[in-house]
Amino acid sequence: MGKKSNALQYHLMLAPGMVFIIIFGIIPLFGIAIAFQDFIPVKGITGSKWVGFDNFIYMFQLDDSKRILFNTLYISILKMIMQVLVPVGTALLLHELVFNRSKRWFQTIIYLPHFLSWVILAGILTDMLSAQGIVNKIVKGLFGDTVFFLGSNFWFPIVVVLSDVWKEFGFNAIIFLAALTAINPSLYEAAEIDGAGRLRKIWSVTLPGILPTIVLITTLNIGQVLNAGFDQIYNLYNPLVYQSGDIIDTYVYRIGLVQYQFGLATAVGSMKSLVGFVLIFISYRLAAKYANYRIF
Amino acid sequence: MLPSAKQRIKAPDILLLLLMSFITLLCLLPLVYIVSLSLSGKSAAAAGRVTLFPVDFTFYSYKYMLSDHRFFDSFAVSVKRVLIGGAINFALTILMAFPLAKERSEFKSRNFYIWIIVFTMMFNGGLIPWYMVIKNLHLIDTIWALTLPTAVPIFNVILLMNFFRNLPKEISEAATVDGAGPWRMLLRISVPLALPAIATVTLFSVVNHWNAFFDGMILMNKQSNIPLQTYIQQLVVQPVISATTRSEDLINFSQRTFNAAKIVVTMLPILVIYPFLQKYFVSGITLGSVKE
Repeated sequence: MGKKSNALQYHLMLAPGMVFIIIFGIIPLFGIAIAFQDFIPVKGITGSKWVGFDNFIYMFQLDDSKRILFNTLYISILKMIMQVLVPVGTALLLHELVFNRSKRWFQTIIYLPHFLSWVILAGILTDMLSAQGIVNKIVKGLFGDTVFFLGSNFWFPIVVVLSDVWKEFGFNAIIFLAALTAINPSLYEAAEIDGAGRLRKIWSVTLPGILPTIVLITTLNIGQVLNAGFDQIYNLYNPLVYQSGDIIDTYVYRIGLVQYQFGLATAVGSMKSLVGFVLIFISYRLAAKYANYRIF
Repeated sequence: MLPSAKQRIKAPDILLLLLMSFITLLCLLPLVYIVSLSLSGKSAAAAGRVTLFPVDFTFYSYKYMLSDHRFFDSFAVSVKRVLIGGAINFALTILMAFPLAKERSEFKSRNFYIWIIVFTMMFNGGLIPWYMVIKNLHLIDTIWALTLPTAVPIFNVILLMNFFRNLPKEISEAATVDGAGPWRMLLRISVPLALPAIATVTLFSVVNHWNAFFDGMILMNKQSNIPLQTYIQQLVVQPVISATTRSEDLINFSQRTFNAAKIVVTMLPILVIYPFLQKYFVSGITLGSVKE
């Protein structure tokens, strides 16, 4: 009897949150119907004309589609690689550091940029990278001319990837640091007895020790490959770099809420959601199978 | 703390320290730069003479900001949003994480709820349907448009749920024997024990509310209703987007120090609360996210 009333209490605890999840998570799913319509807002979903798969067919025929898919994958795969390499390197450096007090200071500071918004950082970056900014001052001193970083299709993706690394590497190092501290110290002692030097210990003990974590993080990242970072790119880009900087999310925003092509925007958005869902599902399956990872 | 005597400091250790100091400085320099710019004179900023220290030191930009009522309107919206949104997130995260952390044997419907939650986290209707739901609820241009759609931060619920699950079972068993019901257990035992994790998720949700600009941009029409980040976004980012020609840059020059001052004030709250909560979140994240 006690168990039953407990369950009732648990349902009650969950109820307020579930109401919000249903309203803002489940109900919008019915709105995907718009993707199959020539949607006109005043007529609503019930009044608009149904057009079958026209929006989807149009989407695949668009010249922009290939370019946007390419940009999305290009930027997010580069980010994914850098966001494993740099944080792992940082975690190794911190792990090897013998000055413990400075270690704490370093950690506090390198986590900080993660908590600043892309609006703020874009504000700082656009100033630093402008013709009169500090970066171009250095570039001019070295090469004699300024570079229009945020207006060049060559530089824009590089700025996007590097600024993302700058913002997140410290925070992403946390998980690797945790994995490093979990390595059994007796392994180091054994390696020492075998005559291993410092680099040898890193190679033979430390790296294998965090390899499962590296594999896990990479696997989980695959599910996010269609998210190349809306906030960042939206705040940094401009029409000059649509060619190299437009990703699925910024494109959906532009055709949907700027050009009012609701049907097409929803078709593109739901396609992304569907593919993303499948990718996340696969990556979580892989993580569960090979890294014994469960989110709950 | 210096290394113990038997561990002698060698040249590579010093090199490592220098390298790590350099990397850490790289994280700090852009922030130092923007602070210096905000404290510099207009002409020095326009001529690009500001590097790491203010040139022609002046508080003029900050004084000028005091006369900008739009900035203060937006600041007030953001503060209101953080207080209301943060409180809602705080309550709902705890209320959801606690029952979901129960074993299936204790709470049969647990898996059903988790499936719904994870499903909505991974699969959504996208921008347009989401916007329409909020519009049809008449939330546009109210503070509720900024606080209710994100009422349940699902990622935080999962973090806290995993933290609750890692608490020793013996304590809750002992409390059950003593006759404690679910609510008593939640408020008297689980919440006090999970304070580091709760501090972590609260920091995350407060920071998210403070940093969000997109919902303010599309859900708020009146200028006086937009939150601070959206205001900064209009101010700093959009002029640059239109500044495709170098000559238009000239107009922005005089704005550079003003914008810098606004950026500094906008990131100040984060810089102030962050060090106090930082010590909690590392243990909070690692305990909550990786399950052995």
